[in-house]
Amino acid sequence: MSLELTNISKSFKDEMVLDGVSIQVHEGKTLVLFGPSGAGKTVLLRLIAGVIEPDSGQIKISGTDVDGVEPEDRNIGMAFQNFALFPHMDAHANIASPLTAQKQDKSAIQSGVQTLAKLLKIDHVLDHKPKELSNGQKQRTALARALAGKPKVLLLDDPLRNVDAKLRFEMRLELPRLLSDQNTTVIYVTQDYKEAMAFGDEIAVISSGVVQQIGTPEDIYLTPANIEIARLFGDPVINYLDVTVQKDAVGIFALVSDKRVDLNSGYARAVGQDCSLGIRPESILFVPASHPGAVPVTVEAETPLNEKTVNLCLTARGREIMASRPSGTVGPANGPAFVSIEAANVLIFDKHTGELIEPDKFY
Amino acid sequence: MQKNSNLENVLRGVAITAIILFFMFPILWIFLMSFQTNETILRVPPSPFFEPTLTNYRSLISGKLEGSTATLEIAFMSNLYNSLFLSVTSVTVGLILGVPAAYAFARLKFRGSEDIAFTLLSFRFAPPLLVLLPLTIYFQQIGLADTYGGLIWVYQLIVLPLILWIVRGYFEDIPADIEYAYRIAGHSFWATFRKIALPLAGPGIAAAGLLAFIFAWNNFIFALVLASADKQPVTVGALAFITASGINYGQIAAGIMLSIAPTFALALYAQRYLVEGLSLGAVKG
Repeated sequence: MSLELTNISKSFKDEMVLDGVSIQVHEGKTLVLFGPSGAGKTVLLRLIAGVIEPDSGQIKISGTDVDGVEPEDRNIGMAFQNFALFPHMDAHANIASPLTAQKQDKSAIQSGVQTLAKLLKIDHVLDHKPKELSNGQKQRTALARALAGKPKVLLLDDPLRNVDAKLRFEMRLELPRLLSDQNTTVIYVTQDYKEAMAFGDEIAVISSGVVQQIGTPEDIYLTPANIEIARLFGDPVINYLDVTVQKDAVGIFALVSDKRVDLNSGYARAVGQDCSLGIRPESILFVPASHPGAVPVTVEAETPLNEKTVNLCLTARGREIMASRPSGTVGPANGPAFVSIEAANVLIFDKHTGELIEPDKFY
Repeated sequence: MQKNSNLENVLRGVAITAIILFFMFPILWIFLMSFQTNETILRVPPSPFFEPTLTNYRSLISGKLEGSTATLEIAFMSNLYNSLFLSVTSVTVGLILGVPAAYAFARLKFRGSEDIAFTLLSFRFAPPLLVLLPLTIYFQQIGLADTYGGLIWVYQLIVLPLILWIVRGYFEDIPADIEYAYRIAGHSFWATFRKIALPLAGPGIAAAGLLAFIFAWNNFIFALVLASADKQPVTVGALAFITASGINYGQIAAGIMLSIAPTFALALYAQRYLVEGLSLGAVKG
């Protein structure tokens, strides 16, 4: 285990920022810390880096408790959201700073900086001061500096937040490759679910200082622990409709606009309960009226969204739902239409607690 | 609009001229006086036209005041040297003590840090005379009266709070993340202080040092009470120009010119450090 956080709590004055956070990351893996701003992600990174101390709990790096170990002795690299470059040093000196700290000789420093700079395509601006660099170059310089010392643990605090959309797109493709080449353990903080899904071997969803769920991107997307997480992952956001789970001779079902949506028989324990039915937009398909179980809707609008096209529809009871389909496929004109709901992919949440109700498994 | 801005320009010019005249005229007049004899200075009406003479400067530098009746020995040059020595040493000591202290007050929030910082500032509230009387007695008892060491110590009352409060502000303006980044890169607390905090607060430290130097240089009352003739700075030494046989305005003027020269030169030299702010462009775009 490369990084192990156990029951970390931290408060500033009376405000609890982190409350009993436990996270483990295996060597060479990337864990994405995902959550809204103010969730405590940055504080957690700073605790790992050692620039602030936790009120309670234990942090182990490569199996060693780092309580009381100074930041410079933790063998960590960190890229800050605001870059935090040294303004009075040129890009070369910035990137070289972990190497000078390790007292490497001049030629080793030189080649170390050059290699990284070439990799990140900033070798032509190494003699520039930070204020002469573009935002993208600053971001790459900060990244190179974090990587230069070959740290055991790399902390990336939303590194793509302050760069423009084009660069962010490029870096989303480049960064995972770069990180896997380095073979370091990475903690990556982001508020962007696409980044989280793209980079993370695992994702820890954190909100209000509490870890809500840890899992692979697939886990989080397919079985979000609660409705809040389901809403954070996915674009457009998941639809949810209030339903009551019912049972008859045929099986378990819920009614959407008086049409039957058959559910997995494992939901038997939810029968009679007020639930929210979570339906991903891509699980709503437009079908002809003759399709069994077709639900009537009124198509209100169509919006192209990157590779998807999204239709905003109203159900017979006037509830808004969104359906998405790959762009280029034929969609309905505005007005009455029918949709089918892929029952296998729906999620059921407790309406009051928002927790996911998982179907019981039968063997 | 055009008319208005013409009028504005004229008014602005008049205002600037008035201000320059108000501040610079006394200096110019003293500069002219320093090249005149008492007779030409005191004639009525005064005139800017005269035959310049270097006798004032010559007698100051040689240390012999030639009054109308007798020759008086003065130690003006040694006073000047005292001023220089006291001010430079005080500011150096003040910087060595004050800059790390300012960093501690800015970065390490320890218990009572605000109270201690405020106490140091409060030294500036009390009139110097208030502390001088007890200080004189103590200094005489412990043998610090009339020593350079004692004077430099007392000068810290002027210099230290100034340096501490100015430099602290500059340290606080450095984003903490920059220092964190340097430490995470593997550098110690002290290396971070030397390589990051000090250079980034450089303009502030230069400004504080310069101001402290001027304050120390212009100090009068501490040296008047605590130092005897051979340790006195120019501010006190200039009193010697007022003699029983009269006041030699020309020599006073020359003395003033000589004594403002170092601060003036320093201010000119350090100006660019004061103006040049290191913009922290690395933090936000």
